[in-house]
Amino acid sequence: MATDSNKSQSKKSAVQTTGHAWDGDIQEFNNPLPNWWVWAFYATIVFALIYWVFYPAWPIGRDYTKGVMNDIEYTTADGKQVKRHWNTRSLFEKNMREATLAQQKYLDQLASSSIEEIAKDEEKSNFAYSMAKVLFADNCAACHQAGGAGVIGSYPNLADDDWLWGGKFEQIKTSITGGRNGIMPSFQAKLTAAQLDDVAEFVLSLSKHETDAAKTARGKEIFTGQKGGCFYCHTKAGTGSTTSGAANLTDSVWTLANVPAADTLEAKKAAVKAVIKHGVNRKMPAWDKRLTETQIKILAFYVHQLGGGK
Amino acid sequence: MSEVATSQPESSSAQQQRIPIYPRSVKGFYRRIKSSIVILAYSVYFLLPWLRWDRENGPSQAVIFDINARRFDIFDLTIYAQDIFWLALFLAFAALFLFFITGIAGRVFCGYFCFQTLWTDVFMHIEHWVQGERPARIRLAKSKWTAEKIFKIGLTHFLWLLVAFLTGLAFTLYWGNAPDLIVDIFTFNAPLAAGVTILFLTLTTYVMAGIAREQVCTYMCPYARFQSAMFDSDTIIVAYDSVRGEGKKGRHKPSKELIKRENRQQQGYGDCVDCGYCVQVCPTGIDIRNGLQYQCITCALCIDACDTIMDSVGYPKGLIRYSSENEAQGGKTNIFKPRTIVYGLVMVVIAVLFFWGLTTRSVVDISVRQVRQPLFVMLSNGDIQNRYDIKINNKAAKPMTLVVSLRGLQGAKLDLGRFDKVHIAAGGSSTLHVNVRMPTKEITRENQDFEFIISNLNKKDNLWIHESNFFAPKKYIKQSPQGAQ
Repeated sequence: MATDSNKSQSKKSAVQTTGHAWDGDIQEFNNPLPNWWVWAFYATIVFALIYWVFYPAWPIGRDYTKGVMNDIEYTTADGKQVKRHWNTRSLFEKNMREATLAQQKYLDQLASSSIEEIAKDEEKSNFAYSMAKVLFADNCAACHQAGGAGVIGSYPNLADDDWLWGGKFEQIKTSITGGRNGIMPSFQAKLTAAQLDDVAEFVLSLSKHETDAAKTARGKEIFTGQKGGCFYCHTKAGTGSTTSGAANLTDSVWTLANVPAADTLEAKKAAVKAVIKHGVNRKMPAWDKRLTETQIKILAFYVHQLGGGK
Repeated sequence: MSEVATSQPESSSAQQQRIPIYPRSVKGFYRRIKSSIVILAYSVYFLLPWLRWDRENGPSQAVIFDINARRFDIFDLTIYAQDIFWLALFLAFAALFLFFITGIAGRVFCGYFCFQTLWTDVFMHIEHWVQGERPARIRLAKSKWTAEKIFKIGLTHFLWLLVAFLTGLAFTLYWGNAPDLIVDIFTFNAPLAAGVTILFLTLTTYVMAGIAREQVCTYMCPYARFQSAMFDSDTIIVAYDSVRGEGKKGRHKPSKELIKRENRQQQGYGDCVDCGYCVQVCPTGIDIRNGLQYQCITCALCIDACDTIMDSVGYPKGLIRYSSENEAQGGKTNIFKPRTIVYGLVMVVIAVLFFWGLTTRSVVDISVRQVRQPLFVMLSNGDIQNRYDIKINNKAAKPMTLVVSLRGLQGAKLDLGRFDKVHIAAGGSSTLHVNVRMPTKEITRENQDFEFIISNLNKKDNLWIHESNFFAPKKYIKQSPQGAQ
């Protein structure tokens, strides 16, 4: 057959016909599929047959064929042995479990070291940093923004070096674990418009803004006296207190009144006045139920070094 | 094609059937060159994974492509994933070199160096060794299935498979530590990829070199098809001297009165004695006397065959020889043509770039990225702080201790956090999170360019300078109480 075809190929290179002839001379061309294609097609059929044997394939009533020699085995977090036939969900569970176990060894190291030890060790701090970065993005960045930039007027900036509730490791950890309530009463009813103006003038003078001397003196009296009583939290020097979360008014960092962004003294004053008038009621939720102790620990480490820490 | 075949359908097929080729062996100058190349190529290919090479950091194998560690070690050169553009340069060079050589000397790569040719050659040797010379092989192919035929054909295929397996095995050994990997492979502990690679290469080698052979060059290889674009009348090809070979009356068998060359010439016959040896030795089964054909891989075995015959009948050699179209028409071969000059120049440029890249490669990779969220923060004392992530890869074979400093930023302070020095293990990497602080009174512009200087504590000449940018909004500079003073 091979030699025959070669002869006809070389002599005529003719297209094959189906062999039928209608009305004596009408014929039909036949262009058969290439052999490689036909064999590849048969190979896919063979592949499918093998696949049916080794993988879940055919539905039978409410059940299905499970396939053979394809068990997926793994141990869950609570020590249960799981053995199932091949399926993508179990495969996923197994892979996740393996990844968790691979990470566990580093996590154990972090769990058994204090934040200070983590910070001192280059390798541990690198691992804690990358892990906490993800945790921060998942849990904290919704309010505090990516990189801890915060939102002025709502959520404190964690990337600066000013800490309402303290910037030591333990203080940050406490803030995350138990959450914080930032409360300042409203002075709308207590102070007149002129008095509010005076207090705002004094507050700005604390951070070395050039203010009116007479107004500042009047404001200071209210601030440090029983009339305003501001000093109870903010102290007489205006340096604030980390136990009550009272802001330090003498530095350049503002978390509520957007003083740096205001162009004129009047505008700055208006911003400060609004805060005194309406008070503050901010709340950060407690995370002890949602995060593990180690997670809180490395988050504290991360947040601490975001702002250069104390 | 438009002609309707009236013959019965079962006698013709849409595909060309392969015409079996039984190349006869030949001795000669080009055969010796080819055999030497096969021996050299096989020695390098099969033995190189076993060559040991001492490295302070990394595997002690001279050539290892370690995908897991993301590094390729080639003697004293270590290539990391980010240096992969060298591969692009190398491939560009290789392609141009191929064009260059093809322009001058035709398909020398096909004939002498292509692994398809080398492996087919070895497979043909095996065939020859087991089944004998061409007539014996033809006889065997045509004979009935006897025990002898089964044994000989079976042994041939077994040996082919063995060589194919060894080929796949040797290839796989480049991708891991050979002494460990080979034990793992034979104890079935090797990674799946190793097994699949060996299986795949065993099959492809067996099929391509044993069964498909010249069909790979004729139908599959793209290079064989686009090379015609690189040929011109100065390209050196294997050619039959038809003027000399055919004479006026054509070729003729050396019958009694036509043995002497003078007699032949008197009678008008050419020098070709029509022995057919040149056709029998051809691994692609063509007749070189029909002129240049796309199947010809210029293996030059027909030259050896013809020279042998010319010697035996006492005619001058070179009836089939390397020559160009110009030479065949009585002219001279010119190799300095615009095509080869341009290929040559581009090749030199790429080679210079490649070696310049290799010799000036840095032992560290440093990237400085300014943190953009937040772009800046104001600190409690009114200073503006920008933050930078500096990622350093140590590509050297030794651990490094680096120090970081600033240049070109008047009045700024650099805070490296807890660590004033950075220790990076050989082949390791580290990311520094550094803060740069600037009092507002020192800030003159919104964007200020400056440089990080990263230097090796142990080697003073190891110094890397990376430009970066310090940002402070104009508003803050103007309005800050300290700035206003």
